[in-house]
Amino acid sequence: MAVPAAAIVIGIGAISTSHARAEAERLGPVIGFLAAVLVLAQLCDDEGLFHACGAWMARAARGRPRGLLVAVFAVASLITAVLSLDATIVLLTPVVFATAARLRARPRPHVYACTHLSNTASVLLPVSNLTNLLAFATSGVSFIRFTALMALPWLVAIGTEYLVFRRFFATDLDAGAQPPPTAEPPEVPLFALATVACTLAGFVLASALGLNPAWAAFAGAVVLATRALARRRTTPAIIVRAAALPFLAFVLALGVVVRAVLDNGLASALGHLIPAGTGLVALLGIAALGAVLANVINNLPAVLVLLPLTAPAGPAAVLAVLLGVNIGPNLTYAGSLATLLWRRVVREYNHDVELGEFTLLGLTTVPAALALAVVALWAALSAIGG
Amino acid sequence: MTVIAWIVEGTWPACVDAARTHTQADADIVLLHVTGPEVPGAARGAYAGLLGRAHPERDPGSRLEHLAAGAAERLLTDAAERLGRPCTRLERRGRVEREVIDAVGGADLLVLARDGDRTRLGPRSLSPASRFILDHAPCAVLLVWSKPPPREATTPLPRSHPPH
Repeated sequence: MAVPAAAIVIGIGAISTSHARAEAERLGPVIGFLAAVLVLAQLCDDEGLFHACGAWMARAARGRPRGLLVAVFAVASLITAVLSLDATIVLLTPVVFATAARLRARPRPHVYACTHLSNTASVLLPVSNLTNLLAFATSGVSFIRFTALMALPWLVAIGTEYLVFRRFFATDLDAGAQPPPTAEPPEVPLFALATVACTLAGFVLASALGLNPAWAAFAGAVVLATRALARRRTTPAIIVRAAALPFLAFVLALGVVVRAVLDNGLASALGHLIPAGTGLVALLGIAALGAVLANVINNLPAVLVLLPLTAPAGPAAVLAVLLGVNIGPNLTYAGSLATLLWRRVVREYNHDVELGEFTLLGLTTVPAALALAVVALWAALSAIGG
Repeated sequence: MTVIAWIVEGTWPACVDAARTHTQADADIVLLHVTGPEVPGAARGAYAGLLGRAHPERDPGSRLEHLAAGAAERLLTDAAERLGRPCTRLERRGRVEREVIDAVGGADLLVLARDGDRTRLGPRSLSPASRFILDHAPCAVLLVWSKPPPREATTPLPRSHPPH
């Protein structure tokens, strides 16, 4: 739907062709980067990485639901940070559910942990979330600097979620579990792990050399794809499908539409709402605005709207936007009111989901995690400079 | 006599043991498990949040529903083995408390376990769903502790009346 909308806004002259082209040129490399990460995650799954994560979590839990929760937090945070939130939602969540079921533990805290951490833990690296990639392309911050500034907010936000989860799900966590039925050591997918580690090192190296880190993600995906194709574990068609080409077209079109809306008055209207400066109070205000906007219209359009408005204030403001748009979506089921309304209208599924518990958990975690993460960002900026 | 034992992850062994111990050998025992919509729903919501990437065939919510069906079957098998008597296994899907109330219609006894804060005696030792079932069950209810109950000392002291 975004693609025809983009064609219309260009057609009626709501955006000049030069602005549309500039937007496409800016988003092109970002989209390539995302495609490489999506393929990398899918191939890691084919190599058995997520299955191995399940076996490891089951062992680490030692038959205790609280042990399992710690293991799920560790794995979901790392998977989200390195292989993006898509990997956690699509590939890790079913593994976590199956692990909880194997231990005869109640699955609720662990599955909710996956959904929450797919947002909260996606603030660490530029590759963790598409919102970060978009900001990374705009802000001019290096890969290493981005990660260094976001490391403390990442840890603080995850820690806050963990403390809330332990209390919120105390009943389920008290219900008990059993040790896994078989205790054989899991097979470690060394090749996939080594490729991911080399890709991470490639991000750092590319950043230091002034190259686009997308090349490292691309190289990692090519290495795993070559091996999978040689071993006939996958087909070119499956790899292309993992790259989610229609989605990439969607992002490009969304960028053009948002640019058209900004050019036609939204920029000046929202400009008044954005706090000036990059002090702690201003950063809290920017993050709150990002969270609110993400909950209304989804974080992808929210970040496209806020980036051009905050980028002139410098990286601190952009990173605060990212904290808001990445942590904020935990407040609303389906990430935003727009998606929720759309799905309610479409009525894709037979049963309505219990929104009360989901929203209560969001209200308990999001304000605290977001505020503390912004304070952590402010501290990191003060310590290593914005 | 029809006895329904509500099987819930974590606390079910106590229910099965109570159903065996406190009923006659010829009682019809039904092992009931209910899968709620929240867990697949949470995954489905997170997937919908991936704006533009959400293709129905990759929806983790559907995978979780499939996995949940298998997990429920295994849990009921474990429970039937532990019971060691002929029994009926009943799996339902939907709002847990509503499904349990609906399923016990016509039964003589419902066995359920305390699944709240089990470190002290009191109303919080029941989860909200169990509280709803206890309040609305249209039959006798046997409520058991799934682990040794806490000492009586955790009962609050009687409130002292202020002098008139």
